[in-house]
Amino acid sequence: MENYKRTLTKNRVIKGTTYIFLGIWAVMVLFPFYWMVLTSIKSYSSYNSEYIPTLFTLSPTFENYKEVFTSVPLADYLFNTLVFTVLTTALMLFVTVFAAFAFARMDFKGKDTAFTLFLALMMIPSELVVITNFVTITNLDLRNSFPGLILPSVASVFYIYLLKENFAQVPDELYYAAKVDGCSDFKYLFKVLLPICRPTVVTITILKVIECWNSYVWPRLITDEQAYFLVSNGIQEIRENGLGRENIPAMMAAVVVISVPLIVLFLIFRKKIMEGVSRGGTKG
Amino acid sequence: MERSNNKAWIYLLPALLFLVAFMVYPLVDVFIYSFEEGYNSASQTYNGIGLYNYKYVLRDPYFLQAVKNTFILVAVTVPISTALALVISVALNSIEKLRNMFQTIYFLPYVTNTLAVGLVFMILFKQTPYTDGFINMILSLFGIAPIDFIGGPYWAKMLVLSIYTIWVVLPFKILILTSALASVNKDYYNAAKVDGTSRWRTFTRITVPMISPTLFYLIITGFIGAFKAYSDAVALFGTDLNAAEMNTIVGYVYDMLYGNSGGYPSFASSAAIILFAIVLTITCINLIISKKNVHY
Repeated sequence: MENYKRTLTKNRVIKGTTYIFLGIWAVMVLFPFYWMVLTSIKSYSSYNSEYIPTLFTLSPTFENYKEVFTSVPLADYLFNTLVFTVLTTALMLFVTVFAAFAFARMDFKGKDTAFTLFLALMMIPSELVVITNFVTITNLDLRNSFPGLILPSVASVFYIYLLKENFAQVPDELYYAAKVDGCSDFKYLFKVLLPICRPTVVTITILKVIECWNSYVWPRLITDEQAYFLVSNGIQEIRENGLGRENIPAMMAAVVVISVPLIVLFLIFRKKIMEGVSRGGTKG
Repeated sequence: MERSNNKAWIYLLPALLFLVAFMVYPLVDVFIYSFEEGYNSASQTYNGIGLYNYKYVLRDPYFLQAVKNTFILVAVTVPISTALALVISVALNSIEKLRNMFQTIYFLPYVTNTLAVGLVFMILFKQTPYTDGFINMILSLFGIAPIDFIGGPYWAKMLVLSIYTIWVVLPFKILILTSALASVNKDYYNAAKVDGTSRWRTFTRITVPMISPTLFYLIITGFIGAFKAYSDAVALFGTDLNAAEMNTIVGYVYDMLYGNSGGYPSFASSAAIILFAIVLTITCINLIISKKNVHY
């Protein structure tokens, strides 16, 4: 009995330590978010008069949010990013759906070879191809334009692969039944296959949206006019040239505005996103 | 399935066009660039074929600095982030209450903009004439004199970069490891319990071997990802990474391509190919080691 009690207390101590440890890490993750929101609602003068930063504020202000929408073109950056994200994702879906359908449902000469080559393309790191793409887009005179931003970001072998696998799981009987009913391939794809595979389509859409919203390297290489900046380059521009170097509260307001859309998207589609990333995300 | 040659190729055509134009052709081209000596991007001419670009890059002090930074970053962040992710995942798996909440919180950095949140890290660590910053405030509680982590000594900058990198890469690793841990058959643990096996022994003899394929997958992708580090450094130290002594190999490639010191696609190509030779070597070594240690 004495022994049993000792194990019980030991278990409790371990459980308690586990929660404390997890709690500390949660604070480490959340703290930067708290700090950016906190700083963004401090006024410029009160922030700069704090030699020792305070952990809360009693006089919140929304001045900084007004400031980032008036003195720097943050609204334009957001709009550009939205256009870029929507168009890239739409084009990606169009390309992916047809390619996945061809690989999953159609039989053609050279299919196996073509698919193997496709899979091999997955291993090509983007850093290697970006150099020539930069030269190509520059020579085509597409710098500082949406086509220049979008076109090289469209095709993704991995998403084609994911969707093809999902298409292939749909029983053949459905296809033949549709054929008997006089349903065309095209109609079958859109009326039967895509509704069945909707979860995968949603997953790749969300992953692409996250990728687009956060993309930095390609937009930076291909745009140097502010009118075409996306948010990542916008925030870098704000930091280095806009707002005055020391106006940290306004910068933080911009950071909050940029971060909120994806965090909201994440909280809505939490399950889908985490599932999608564990199936196909790579970062870190 | 019926044979529908032409139709199938029409369905494939959009994907093929994009992939050939922006992946296959560039892949071939990057090797050609790397051997073209004295390439001029304005007139698109070059004066010879050879290894000059590689020699130039390998002698460039900026490149050597970038290689040094990248290797330190890899050596520090890959082991720490993998170990930390493992500890956190094991802890997460041992609780039931609040598990979903913790998982959601831990995943947040994945969906945030690296550039934007990096700015917050910079503010937290930076020492300015107006303030020592939050981290220095914490350090002063332990009697440590303020350090400028953003514009100060090399080790301090490297420390911040490592901390930020770990913060950014952990969500993915935690997510993958928690689902791997959850799929380990509970019978093994029950058997261990019946035998009175200690927790540590259960962890090293059951948990780690059972998830070793996932662990190695994470270590390999971790190495690859860390070798490609770039935007985290930009987020903390600004776009002029050479001046901050914080450039990475990928950063060097982009600087050679574009920007103040840009306009040299040949040098950029050579540097990129050197990087991927390094990554390929390390990945092969990893695979050989994993063949010996992973239990499938």
